[in-house]
Amino acid sequence: MNYFLGLFVSGLTRGSIYALLALGYTMVYGIIELINFAHGEIYMIGAFTALILASVLSIAGLDALSILVIASLVAMIYSAAYGYTMEKIAYKPVRHSQRLSALISAIGMSLFLQNYVRLAQTSNFLPFPALIPRFTFLDLLPFRASSAQFVIFVTTAVVMILLTFLIKFTRIGKSMRAASQDKTMAMLLGVNVNRVISVTFLIGSATAALGGVLISSFTGQINFFIGFMAGIKAFVAAVLGGIGSIPGAVLGSFVLGWTESFGAGYISSDYEDVFAFAILVLILIFKPSGLLGRPENKKV
Amino acid sequence: MLELKMVNTFYGSIQALKDVSISVTKGEIITLIGANGAGKTTTLMSVSGIVRPASGSILFEDRDLNDLEPDQIVAAGVSHVPEGRRIFPYLTVQENLDLGAYLRRDSAGVRKDLEYVFELFPILSQRRHQAGGTLSGGEQQMLAISRSLMARPRLLLLDEPSLGLAPLIVQQIFEILVQINRQNGTTIFLVEQNAYMALRVAHRGYVMENGSIVLTDDTRVLLENEQVKEAYLGV
Ligand SMILES: Nc1ncnc2c1ncn2[C@@H]1O[C@H](COP(=O)(O)OP(=O)(O)OP(=O)(O)O)[C@@H](O)[C@H]1O
Ligand SMILES: [Mg+2]
Repeated sequence: MNYFLGLFVSGLTRGSIYALLALGYTMVYGIIELINFAHGEIYMIGAFTALILASVLSIAGLDALSILVIASLVAMIYSAAYGYTMEKIAYKPVRHSQRLSALISAIGMSLFLQNYVRLAQTSNFLPFPALIPRFTFLDLLPFRASSAQFVIFVTTAVVMILLTFLIKFTRIGKSMRAASQDKTMAMLLGVNVNRVISVTFLIGSATAALGGVLISSFTGQINFFIGFMAGIKAFVAAVLGGIGSIPGAVLGSFVLGWTESFGAGYISSDYEDVFAFAILVLILIFKPSGLLGRPENKKV
Repeated sequence: MLELKMVNTFYGSIQALKDVSISVTKGEIITLIGANGAGKTTTLMSVSGIVRPASGSILFEDRDLNDLEPDQIVAAGVSHVPEGRRIFPYLTVQENLDLGAYLRRDSAGVRKDLEYVFELFPILSQRRHQAGGTLSGGEQQMLAISRSLMARPRLLLLDEPSLGLAPLIVQQIFEILVQINRQNGTTIFLVEQNAYMALRVAHRGYVMENGSIVLTDDTRVLLENEQVKEAYLGV
């Protein structure tokens, strides 16, 4: 039973990180129907920003928790700026061209950012400090759950609640939903669709960066390539849940996280990635629109 | 109030509007009629800034709309009910209406206008929390008009509000358009294929063929015009 609960917790942790990333994929797809292949790189850049900041702040003598909070916030802002700029230079100019142009532009952006970080930093793995303090109350649980796992899950839950509130009740949230359903009509009502798209990139990039910082603090190391696999997995999660749907992305992320951790725990950890893609293939065969996707894939 | 002067609009190499000039005076209802593909929708889309003319000017209260973005055109007082209604299917009726008032900051005025559109179309008030996509065609048209009214426009552009609706509903919607025009002084630019109904409610009319205006006059005159009778009234 405790083994099961341990796997459950580890699946929850993975799922949380996937969810923070999958949100960006699904929101961007919901509005401009683009698979932003460079999204994983934003997550990676978030992790690097936090690493650099953490090094500086720890020399300055701050405690781990303050470092975590400051580094996360700065990483989110910095990555959001990257996401914003990326949209302006790589996607906006090709928005009215064929779909393929935007997709190629996204792949190019992804390769560019990976190699840029590799050259600017290093291609080796760098140790990432454990910024999440130890909570002793977790020792009382009958199964293993680290403080990092606890923080990751709680943070993700808070982000999801805030985002749901934003999308559902605020003015910008309504304009995002409107633009995802009919951009021209939204414009005819006075919505500045360019701004809506920018805000979508800002939000998606900030949550991705938060995921990057948290997971790095858990795994303890980063390099320029961490965004690649995480990006693909989160993309699988978004498709699993129904690309374009926010609740779908969250559900898909947890389903994927548990599939991976139970598969690895009860069958074999060698096949971890196989489970992820097997479940993707299954969903594409039996429910192409994803778990919560709308039939014609419309959205948010 | 609105003045199109020698407007030419292209889609790639296809010329959809050829030297179109239309003027709309404050407070009137004008109608633009014409066959399928004549360029009526393109005319309205050019006014709203969704498609951009290659040449010519579109003046609205002395501002050239060609220099404004679509959201600035709405802010200037122009609201467009597009062809096919384009209700946001997954937003509720209330949310669709909220978006109509997207640029407004006077929440008291918005509340008053909400009451006003519910008075015009009581059915919408009953459907308030229902998804827009679940409404009937007639209800969607009522919602589309109401949504645009929520912007409190001075000029209302309507593209084929009668499309696909039963004659009784069409009658009802046209009566309400006249009422909106009379009560609020809202200027209306009505595009229609249902020429008979349009010519009955409007003060002046324009007839468009293949992207050009071929005829314009008071609607009373147009209703008696042999050419119009034959081509559009099926007499
Ligand atoms: N997006 C577009 N791309 C290319 N051509 C277009 C586009 N929209 C309209 N056209 C062409 O421009 C011409 C005018 O079209 P428009 O939609 O303005 O006509 P309309 O008078 O509104 O017709 P209807 O009564 O059928 O709605 C048509 O020949 C049409 O094929
Ligand atoms: Mg038309």
